[in-house]
Amino acid sequence: MDSLTEYFQSYLTALETYNVVGALWVNIQLTFWSALCSLVLGTVLALMRISPVPSFRWAGTAYVNIFRNTPLTIIMVFCILVAIFQLQLNLSSDFNFNFFLWAIVGLSVYHAAFVCESIRSGVNTVPLGQAEAARAIGLSFLPAARLVILPQAFRGAVAPLGNTLIALTKNTTVATVASVPEAAGLMKTMIEFRPDVIMAIFATFALGFVIIVIPIGLVTTWLSNKLAVAR
Amino acid sequence: MKIQQSVLFDAPGPKAQRRILATNVLGIILFLGAAAFVLKGLNDQGQLESELWTPFLTADVWQFTILPGLMNTFKAAAAAIVTSVLFGLLFGVGRLAANRAVRWICGIIVEFFRAVPVLLMMIFFWLLLGRLQIVEPADTPFFAVVLALTLYNGSVIAELVRSGVYGLPKGQREAGMAIGMTRGQSLRSIELPQALVAMLPSLISQFVVILKDSALGSIITYSELLRAMQIYGSAGPILQALTVAAVLFIIINFALSWVAQKLSGLLSSRTSGKTRPASAPTLVAKV
Amino acid sequence: MRKTRFAMAAMGAIAALTLSACGGDGGNGGETAGSGEGETLRVGIKYDQPGLGFKDGNEFTGFDVDVAKYVANELGYTEDQIEFVESPSANRENMLANGQVDMIFATYSITDERKETVDFAGPYFVAGQDLLVRAEDTEIQGPDDLNGKNLCSVTGSTSAQRIKEEHAEEVNLLERPGYAECVTAMQSGQIDAVTTDDIILAGLAAQENFAGQFKVVGNPFSEERYGVGLPKGTDLCADINAAINKMVEEGAWEEALAANTEGVDYKFNEELNPPTPGDSCA
Repeated sequence: MDSLTEYFQSYLTALETYNVVGALWVNIQLTFWSALCSLVLGTVLALMRISPVPSFRWAGTAYVNIFRNTPLTIIMVFCILVAIFQLQLNLSSDFNFNFFLWAIVGLSVYHAAFVCESIRSGVNTVPLGQAEAARAIGLSFLPAARLVILPQAFRGAVAPLGNTLIALTKNTTVATVASVPEAAGLMKTMIEFRPDVIMAIFATFALGFVIIVIPIGLVTTWLSNKLAVAR
Repeated sequence: MKIQQSVLFDAPGPKAQRRILATNVLGIILFLGAAAFVLKGLNDQGQLESELWTPFLTADVWQFTILPGLMNTFKAAAAAIVTSVLFGLLFGVGRLAANRAVRWICGIIVEFFRAVPVLLMMIFFWLLLGRLQIVEPADTPFFAVVLALTLYNGSVIAELVRSGVYGLPKGQREAGMAIGMTRGQSLRSIELPQALVAMLPSLISQFVVILKDSALGSIITYSELLRAMQIYGSAGPILQALTVAAVLFIIINFALSWVAQKLSGLLSSRTSGKTRPASAPTLVAKV
Repeated sequence: MRKTRFAMAAMGAIAALTLSACGGDGGNGGETAGSGEGETLRVGIKYDQPGLGFKDGNEFTGFDVDVAKYVANELGYTEDQIEFVESPSANRENMLANGQVDMIFATYSITDERKETVDFAGPYFVAGQDLLVRAEDTEIQGPDDLNGKNLCSVTGSTSAQRIKEEHAEEVNLLERPGYAECVTAMQSGQIDAVTTDDIILAGLAAQENFAGQFKVVGNPFSEERYGVGLPKGTDLCADINAAINKMVEEGAWEEALAANTEGVDYKFNEELNPPTPGDSCA
């Protein structure tokens, strides 16, 4: 019993020395902004892939195929190595914030490919008649997409979009290779300096992610049922 | 592809065709402009010098850096694929078990490992195995990579197994029951085989994820392709080395994804389940 | 697994007694430690530090490698009998304890903490944490000039932390997985200085791709005594020290150092170098 309280004590001091919540908060911020950006970019890509312009379709397909098949680690490293170090594209004059912003860019371009595919699968749930009706009343491509197809497609895409969001949340840990001080990096430091409580440290971080991820899963399941178009 | 397969828009008339042509040209100009900007930037930094790139065409670099790196990537991915399929089958069936306790335990394990980032698990197992000293120190990164990939992807596969069985028409099980099979027998000999065929395309997509995520091993010093290239690049041509790694990854994963797509078409007649996540493309134009 | 480890440890002990190396293969431990002809010496080095320990195709180059080859030769091994193994910083103690390597030459600083788990021969070099800056930079003379500057180092580096804590609080710290990334960032001007041990910096700057572009500031702010890591309780220590001494006396030591830092504006600390090995042997 004594060793247990002792273990708990040293775990508590480890928690006091390191800011676990702060690190997880960075992951949450990364998730939020990347989700927003990748949703916009992914929607544009999905539109491109169903558009009447062949070069757009081709570009959209190429984008998805390239980014879906590249390890996120490599994309992140390229954001730093190419965009910051070589091209000197600074998104912020603040040295560290610049890396944070580029991590968001890296996460966004990668997950946009998955968002695009989710929306496309949502478009597939829209019955043919809807598109035909839209055309019959004289709507051209963009108005038809905006007013008829996409609103229904988004409803059908909630579940796959939710999965992408969950994947994105967990993938924010890869921002560690973009030198962003987030949870995975902090966990490594903590275990290196406090190997005596390695189990408790891992459990803390794992639980942190479970707490973030499971509500997202529940909300998207609920949303996808609520928003599903009755057919 | 000349034939319009989309019902979202009419076959373009002469006016629309001119507009499309104009947009095409504009798109190409935009793309070339962006490419030129990046290339000019890299050139200004001297990163496009040919002597930085030509080493990657020599046999030496392939023999001692790229191929060993690829081998390690495949080694970790193959091991993780085998173990995660086993893990997935075990826990997937566990989630379908008649016993409620088994169902719950399997459910909690699967949900937990699906929610924890792979990188977090990798770092943890790497440092844990290093301390416990149950495997050779030089092999610790390999085991950490395989273990982390197995727990995550195994859980995803467990879900695939479960949803594959759920996706079968009810009649399949009922038919099994009708000829006197128990629930377990019907699961084993009627439902699972069909579910496995139905989930094969998704399974292969998951293999792509495994292969891609094995690159995370570079963070914990596992000498897979990415890290082999990082080591090679440590004397200077780091950008070039990583570019070659990226191209190789894209080619391999693209090939695997392509196989997954072909399979889903081929296998649809072999099962009463759905081989595609969504119904066949209707609105979406094929490119 | 456990059994083979014990067997290997036992074999290693016997092998060490007869002044020969354990020949078991790291991966399977199934091969017998044959004494006599054809046995190999397994030497742990870094693979990713050009100028010190670097894997160049199937060749190994650098100062650490040169010293290791010389010492191995003095211990009676031909170059073919040396097997180089990668020993990343985090694995060095474990690899020695498990008998995966016979000795380690990998910018391995002798510290009291490490002496509790491993033995050290040497030191064969005394390095100091220093800064690498652009050749035309005259502003940065030492760690105290770094306020408001961008400083790069590798993940987990102690020298970057030291600068932030003791010298320049307002420095912007960046950690990358390898020094090559830091140096390419310095080429383009996004980074003002790179910090780690002076000899690592010099070795890096000596690479063809960076020739003439950078200089080592030459104002070291720490003392790192590079030792030869050995398994606890080995009796090779004295022989290795004798070999290092001989290398210094013959001039091969300075030659190796010069060759690996060629073309860089770098002077090693002559007060402390060449060091007299010996004080660390148990």
